[in-house]
Amino acid sequence: MASSIVIPSAPPSRVRDFFRRLQAGEEFAYLLTLAAATTVLLIVGLIVYELVINSTQTLHRFGWSFLVTSVWDPNKEQFGALPFIYGTCVTSAVGLFLAVPAGVGAALFLSEMAPPRISAIFTFLIELLAAVPSVIYGLLGIFVLVPAIQKYLYPLLKPLDFLPIFSGQFYGVSFLSAGIVLSVMVVPFIISVSREVLMAVPNDQREAALSLGATKWETTFQIVLPNASTGVIGSVFLGLARALGETMAVTMVIGNVPKISPSLLSPGYSIASVIANEFGEASPGLHLSSLIFLGLVLFGLTIVINAVARLFILATTQRGA
Amino acid sequence: MTGNISLTRRVTNVFMLGLTGLATLLVVSILFFVLGYLLWMGGSSLSIQFFTQIPKPTGETGGGMANAIVGSGKILLLASLIGVPIGFLAGVYLAEYSGRTFAFFVRYVTDLLNGVPSIVIGLVAYTLVVKPMLHFSALAGGIALGIMMIPIAVRTTEEFLRSIPNSLREGAMALGATKARTIFTVVVPAAMSGLTSGMMLNLARVAGETAPLLFTALGNMFWSQGWMQPTATLPVMIYTYAISPYDDWHQQAWAAGFVLLALVLTINVTARLIISRGGSSARR
Repeated sequence: MASSIVIPSAPPSRVRDFFRRLQAGEEFAYLLTLAAATTVLLIVGLIVYELVINSTQTLHRFGWSFLVTSVWDPNKEQFGALPFIYGTCVTSAVGLFLAVPAGVGAALFLSEMAPPRISAIFTFLIELLAAVPSVIYGLLGIFVLVPAIQKYLYPLLKPLDFLPIFSGQFYGVSFLSAGIVLSVMVVPFIISVSREVLMAVPNDQREAALSLGATKWETTFQIVLPNASTGVIGSVFLGLARALGETMAVTMVIGNVPKISPSLLSPGYSIASVIANEFGEASPGLHLSSLIFLGLVLFGLTIVINAVARLFILATTQRGA
Repeated sequence: MTGNISLTRRVTNVFMLGLTGLATLLVVSILFFVLGYLLWMGGSSLSIQFFTQIPKPTGETGGGMANAIVGSGKILLLASLIGVPIGFLAGVYLAEYSGRTFAFFVRYVTDLLNGVPSIVIGLVAYTLVVKPMLHFSALAGGIALGIMMIPIAVRTTEEFLRSIPNSLREGAMALGATKARTIFTVVVPAAMSGLTSGMMLNLARVAGETAPLLFTALGNMFWSQGWMQPTATLPVMIYTYAISPYDDWHQQAWAAGFVLLALVLTINVTARLIISRGGSSARR
């Protein structure tokens, strides 16, 4: 503990002085940490304030009909958000449609089936998958996924073109491509959160079911999964919030055409992609304000979904513990 | 025992359990595909020039992304200087000082901040920094990524401080240490390996962020001087090069993707190894 002896002859340095006060000054340390905690709240407040204040022009001009208008023409100063909201919802829906079965299935395997060591290794690998930057997924999306869909998946879907969702011409970039990329990006989140809630289910539940003669699958599907269902739904909502806000990978494969089409094979646009594409070159005024308003819409959507997801997950893990 | 169970139930059992295993294999194989493909495409496009030269003008082949590597480093340094101290101190507050209601509120808002899409953070950094200063800068990019680092810094700090047994705090206090002294000379050092690796994971996460940099740091085909100019970063370069029509640029994008992925995954693996080893060193 020699370091704690105060040497009076030491030259006064600002850094050392700072740490001495930090160590000695009780109040100072308390206030400093309190200030940091308050800063976090202030930053979120500032985000909301900046988004609102910078998008008022659009709200005054178009009102809430902005959200249901489908014309987006910067040259004529006509702005409507509907194609982007539609694209964001459709791609997220496709993403979840593919990611939920795979994610929940893998989570069941990791929590119920796999021996602990295998489960630990696979969980580690899945966490690494979550760490892959989105721009890398975009890169693979453009050069690998889109050509692969065109070559292998499209011929399989072609006979189904009587269905509205698979009708029309296919150029590669589409809602479908964006949805597939999103599914890969959200699946690790669904797996790791679901696995945690599944593991929080008390073991006597499993033992009771098995002792009554249920098979392993029946125990897993009829006892364990329903027990953890709120938390699993929470993990899906968390994945949804990720999918809605994802920018780069979607921008690179969705085609960036502001139109509403029922066909998943048609190109589209999403809220995050239009901000990414147009914000840098937007002229100050209505165009910029409309893009920031879109940002506010996206912010609102993800905040609500996140808040719901957190409550769901909290409800299950606390009950299980 | 198995005799009582009907064939259908047994077949369903094996089939469905097999499906869950297949789902796991499918997801894990995506990781190996991503790694393998980037190693193959990126490794073959990578050269020493990539690390030493700046981009050549359009039409000329060769060149590298030295300016983007340095730019990424600068912006990540700025982001850490903003995100780590604020997040760390707020985490200390939550773990050591706070009452119930305010702490719950701060924790909830922190989680919400973590869920804010990165592009929205970019928008706010634009209105806060770029608009009043009238030009794109490394500073704006650093602030955007710094804000993104805060929530994870808060939660990892709180988590690792809470994992330190109370006996340590009581021991220090029994020796006459004040509360602040206990926290900063006993509790925080005991949690140091966890804190360090948590912050490394945090940094690795924002290192790959592209969207918040698009209209804050923008990009630059040359060296940027100082902190107040548009600055190139690896993720934005990958994006710009990938959507360009030139084959040579695509090659460079793969090389950059490989470097970025290698960097992010190396930090991730190292940090996770430190955390898994930390369990034993904390007990010492």
